Amino acid sequence: MRHLLSIGDLNRDEAISILDTAVELSRISDGQVKKLPTLRGRTIVNLFAEDSTRTRISFEAAAKRLSADVINFSAKGSSLSKGESLKDTAQTLQAMGADAVVIRHSASGAAQRLADLEWMSGSVINAGDGTHEHPSQALLDAFTIRKHLGKGARDLHGIRVAIVGDILHSRVARSNVLLLTLLGAQVVLVSPPTLLPVGVESWPVTISYNFDAVISEVDVVMMLRVQQERMSDLFFPSAREYSRYFGLNSERMARMPQHAIVMHPGPMNRGLEISAEVADSGRSVIVEQVSNGVNVRMAILYVLLAGGPLEMSVN
Amino acid sequence: MINNSYILRNASLLGATKSDIHISHGVIKEIGSVVISDSATVIDIAGQIVLPGLVDLHTHVREPGREDSETVLSASRAGAKGGFTALSAMANTSPVADTAGVVEQVFRLGQEAGYLNVFPIGAVTHALEGKALSEIGAMADSIARVRVFSDDGFCVSDPLVMRRALEYIKKFDGVIAQHAQEPRLTVGSQMNEGDISARLGLKGWPAIAEEAIIARDVLLVDHVKSRLHICHVTTAGGVEIIRWAKARGIQVSAEVTPHHLLLTDDLANSYDPIYKVNPPLRTEKDVMALREALADGTIDIVATDHAPHSSETKDCEWQEAAFGMIGLETALSIVYKTMVQTKLMDWAAVADRLSIAPAKIGHYDQHSQGLTVGAPAHITVINPENNWTVDRDLVLSKSRNTPYHGMELPGVVTHTFFNGVATLLDTKVVSEVMN
Repeated sequence: MRHLLSIGDLNRDEAISILDTAVELSRISDGQVKKLPTLRGRTIVNLFAEDSTRTRISFEAAAKRLSADVINFSAKGSSLSKGESLKDTAQTLQAMGADAVVIRHSASGAAQRLADLEWMSGSVINAGDGTHEHPSQALLDAFTIRKHLGKGARDLHGIRVAIVGDILHSRVARSNVLLLTLLGAQVVLVSPPTLLPVGVESWPVTISYNFDAVISEVDVVMMLRVQQERMSDLFFPSAREYSRYFGLNSERMARMPQHAIVMHPGPMNRGLEISAEVADSGRSVIVEQVSNGVNVRMAILYVLLAGGPLEMSVN
Repeated sequence: MINNSYILRNASLLGATKSDIHISHGVIKEIGSVVISDSATVIDIAGQIVLPGLVDLHTHVREPGREDSETVLSASRAGAKGGFTALSAMANTSPVADTAGVVEQVFRLGQEAGYLNVFPIGAVTHALEGKALSEIGAMADSIARVRVFSDDGFCVSDPLVMRRALEYIKKFDGVIAQHAQEPRLTVGSQMNEGDISARLGLKGWPAIAEEAIIARDVLLVDHVKSRLHICHVTTAGGVEIIRWAKARGIQVSAEVTPHHLLLTDDLANSYDPIYKVNPPLRTEKDVMALREALADGTIDIVATDHAPHSSETKDCEWQEAAFGMIGLETALSIVYKTMVQTKLMDWAAVADRLSIAPAKIGHYDQHSQGLTVGAPAHITVINPENNWTVDRDLVLSKSRNTPYHGMELPGVVTHTFFNGVATLLDTKVVSEVMN
């Protein structure tokens, strides 16, 4: 594996090996000395052409724990905001000797363009491209689900996941549909019809417009951020109405099975798609998703840059 | 004075009759068994197909305004290479061709280049804004004698503006060429809306946005009894509406581009904007419906929608990239591949769809007579036995945005004659046209 552009490029074994590597690395993270020397002398560039705090920090922490040198390159104040093309930026990074570029970009396919056009020789890691994919988020979500509900299995066979909210504009949803179904989970998308893409019928999922009919049937409820501005684009009549039908509040949470968990990729709109009580409840693994994110991103960097997955230690 | 008399020996007329053709003084002088005279240049074209010179009803020549991506001269040379003897210069230049001054300039540049006729298309509305009618009458009466009007690139979406335009052009039997795209249904659209766009996260351009405008406009033109032409039909549903309209006797004609006869939306999987075009590439089902419609005459013509763009507008992210692809030099080969080799059409039908029918729609009278004695000698010769590989670095267009780079295509255009003068000889475009 040279790049991580789409979950669609992974087979089941590759996906599981990243999760397993993350398990191994998490043992190190939990220890006294959090740092590994694996990527000493390697340079990783965080090219964030779109605002994102948590993903950038997560990748930065992951790279630093593997002893890589990290250069942060953000849109604001950089040449990207002055109209420099992606091509010129990539060639600049290449000239600076980047071994890997972690790219967040508002254009779907930007990461693949960067990789395909050979503008630079290093690895390309997609940290979210437009409304296309967010593979590292899906991997950390799968990692979190497996940890809580996997019962020791390597994949997610038989686990039922509801992804709730704005599927149409969600790169998190696209990557999760691919990864969770690759790992054997059953996925149901819950959304108003306006926020599902035409063509969703070809996805390996079931569709529901009725959150209440689904909520007692699933092991995982994954809430997606809903942007307020979607309202002005006529996707739903009002934030309150959206919240009433598709928000996760305490009453709905009470109907979830006892073991079921609540997830959210962040940042949350408390009071819109998720109530504060739910977000802060014992069912919520939202904060844990963040810490798992660092381990999973370490695993991604490890697999791409250190020449393969970390072997499971025997104990 | 150079020799402008040619005898094409052993020509296969429209792929059928074996014959010689004598070209002299700008016209087809004789068809049959021609006696060789000393003054004529004899070209033996045994095994090759002779067609009436190709006529394109939809070309973006970019001049005035974007001479870095194409000029009237470079488009003319690319056209000659592809077998064309007439182009129709779309109005979306800078300044827009919405006055007599601009269309006369483009017309004159075409005459000066001399490779083919450049017929300017006038804008329907001022600055392509879709609000006020452009100087339609002045353009029609200018030396360019504009008969085709289009806001191509934009849809004339306001039904009242469309109605008035259709009515106004009846004065001189003009035609409105509509770019059928409902604007509200296509805000920010990037590619065909369907399975592929859903997965790629690119904003969809639904087929209905084309079909809704076609449906409205065939009803409008029926009501006001004028002439409507639908640019670049791309959908099976659009074909059905046009078929219905023609069955009712409504005066509508339609075009399909070579790329919509061959390419499909799954090419967007690469995120390579070389495949980004407006209207977008559709599905296999649409492609098959378009081929069938072209064969049965529901779609009247093939038009290139040749759309040159400078490299930086394609060497970027998909959503940042410009819409459009070049097509003059590959059009006949694509039609050969998709329509003739598939046995959907014969060469006589190719001559109709790429020469005679577009000339009739545009009232390009000197191009509408086909291969007849006494007609202006606009002639295209294609060798159907040879294949060629498209190389974007060898195109005569000033832009390289061909989606066929590296593709092997059948049929090589070997000679083009415009008004009896060779513009392409043995696959080489002549360096200068001596009229």
